[in-house]
Amino acid sequence: MAEWEAVKPQNKALAWFEERLPVLSLVNNVVGAGTPSPRNLNYWWNFGSLAGIMLVIQILSGIVLAMHYTPDTAVAFDSVERIVRDVNYGWLLRPMHANGASFFFIAVYIHILRGLYYGSYKAPREVLWMLGLVIFLLMMATAFMGYVLPWGQMSFWGATVITNLFSAIPLVGEDIRTLLWGGFSVDNPTLKRFFSLHFLLPFIILGVVILHIWAKKVSDSGNPLGVEVKTGADQIPFHPFYTVKDAFGLGVFLVIFAYFVFFAPDALGHPDNYIPANSLVTPDSIVPEWYFLPFYAILRSITFDLGIPFTDIIFVPAKLLGVIAMFASILLLFVLPWLDSSKVRSGAFRPAFTKFFWILIVDLVILTWVGGQKPSLVIAQVAGMEFTVVDLGLLGTIYYFSHFIIVLPLLSRFEKTLPVPESISSAVIKSAG
Amino acid sequence: MSTTKHATEGDDAVTRRDMLNITATCMSGVGATLALWPFVHQMNPAEDTLALATVEVDLSSIGAGEAIVIKWQGKPVFIRHRTAEEISAAQAVEVSTLVDKESDDERIKEGHGQWLVVIGTCTHLGCVPVGTKSGDDKGEYGGWYCPCHGSHYDTSGRIRKGPAPRNLDVPEYVFANDTMIKIG
Repeated sequence: MAEWEAVKPQNKALAWFEERLPVLSLVNNVVGAGTPSPRNLNYWWNFGSLAGIMLVIQILSGIVLAMHYTPDTAVAFDSVERIVRDVNYGWLLRPMHANGASFFFIAVYIHILRGLYYGSYKAPREVLWMLGLVIFLLMMATAFMGYVLPWGQMSFWGATVITNLFSAIPLVGEDIRTLLWGGFSVDNPTLKRFFSLHFLLPFIILGVVILHIWAKKVSDSGNPLGVEVKTGADQIPFHPFYTVKDAFGLGVFLVIFAYFVFFAPDALGHPDNYIPANSLVTPDSIVPEWYFLPFYAILRSITFDLGIPFTDIIFVPAKLLGVIAMFASILLLFVLPWLDSSKVRSGAFRPAFTKFFWILIVDLVILTWVGGQKPSLVIAQVAGMEFTVVDLGLLGTIYYFSHFIIVLPLLSRFEKTLPVPESISSAVIKSAG
Repeated sequence: MSTTKHATEGDDAVTRRDMLNITATCMSGVGATLALWPFVHQMNPAEDTLALATVEVDLSSIGAGEAIVIKWQGKPVFIRHRTAEEISAAQAVEVSTLVDKESDDERIKEGHGQWLVVIGTCTHLGCVPVGTKSGDDKGEYGGWYCPCHGSHYDTSGRIRKGPAPRNLDVPEYVFANDTMIKIG
């Protein structure tokens, strides 16, 4: 852990306060001049702070939207429309919040993939990694419940499908589902509790973010070379170097964000959510928001029971197996630090690992596409057999799990890695010379 | 306590104080857990929600081959007036070949074989299958078809093809008279 460097302000009043509550020291030691950081962080390291800023934007826009929104099935849909049409700047705040969720996920996904490529999950940063996954899970719950609030058709049916997932749990599943609903279907009680929890969870996320940053302070930032900091020559202070780099990245990111907010506010949403919820009519196809599509594809890809073939003995029915696969796809990442035991952290020195990393990216793109299609879509016909989008999803799912359970453990044993530089400074200076 | 004589028996000795500490901690744990229950149970259906549990439906206006959908407990209920062919198709099926083995007789009320009453939510993930309205796709077995994930139900509301694990549920209902049922 980097040394704690106390700040001693010149101003007497500030010094008096600092002695009693050292907030300046805290800032100085987390993002300040007193925070030595690896000198070679590239732009992929921007996405942590971008995610943090998106969280702040979501909380701010969400709090003001809550001042106008009504969580009641009779008026929820209209109250959202009223925000957009009549509330001052509502036309700006609502798309900012809705697209903000998408951009929060964009930042977090790139942040996670950066961690996957550069081995950021490896010792001594396992807890840092796991806290990030906790944040991700909380984000998913928050985003799901937020999407229900406008009470459109996708809101209602998305909520119905997701809450029904819990009924797959043996013995207590139906009771859990009733507990979530507060009735016999998704209805007014469900909407009200989702609003309450949607308001609460971001603050829980904020708490875990603080732990995440604390864990980063303890284990230090990773870096693109994956070698630990050895001397002062390997480091530069966070401020001004990375504050400026982060600020520049933020500018670019916000320009893209603003494009969507102002010029394409509904591009990432589903048109059916502008139809008020109707519990008697299911839309043609229920699709989640884009950031859930790969997981939705995994859920839908399981259409077979797990049991003894040619008998009626079933251990795990298809529905439960799909639910397990979907949750496992994320929970698996918690044990990633032990699945990939290669001593070399960075993908830059792992040629085979890098190839599989890009296959994983392609796999995720395919799963995202699959999740957005109708399950009956036939992609190809081979010898009279129909190959549907669900079958493609199953292949994608199999690769996803194989990547983590089979490929990475084998790679950590057999891969011939490239020589790792002695230190950050030697590598940086060599490349500069 | 260092001044009690128990301490002189060695640090490992179990003391009265340990006993008090452990029981007190356990009891506070039990108390705290019990105190959580109201916070959990408030999420379950409230009394007024439970009170809306029955509905009466007049069947006289539903012609043979037609079906209606009504709302019961926030969920759609399909009521189908089956034709003779639909009934015989449902009864001709070999029960042992079904995913969820139920004969047609178990799913209707005796003497009212033309009426099929099922809860209209797919047992997969709760979408409302289509097939109630006359122009709808009724699926490969002439009953209902769930567009979400492709489950096909037959004229008895039984799952025949697709990911759904069970037949469409039959709600509790009774015939008040020949043209009136009470659901719930």
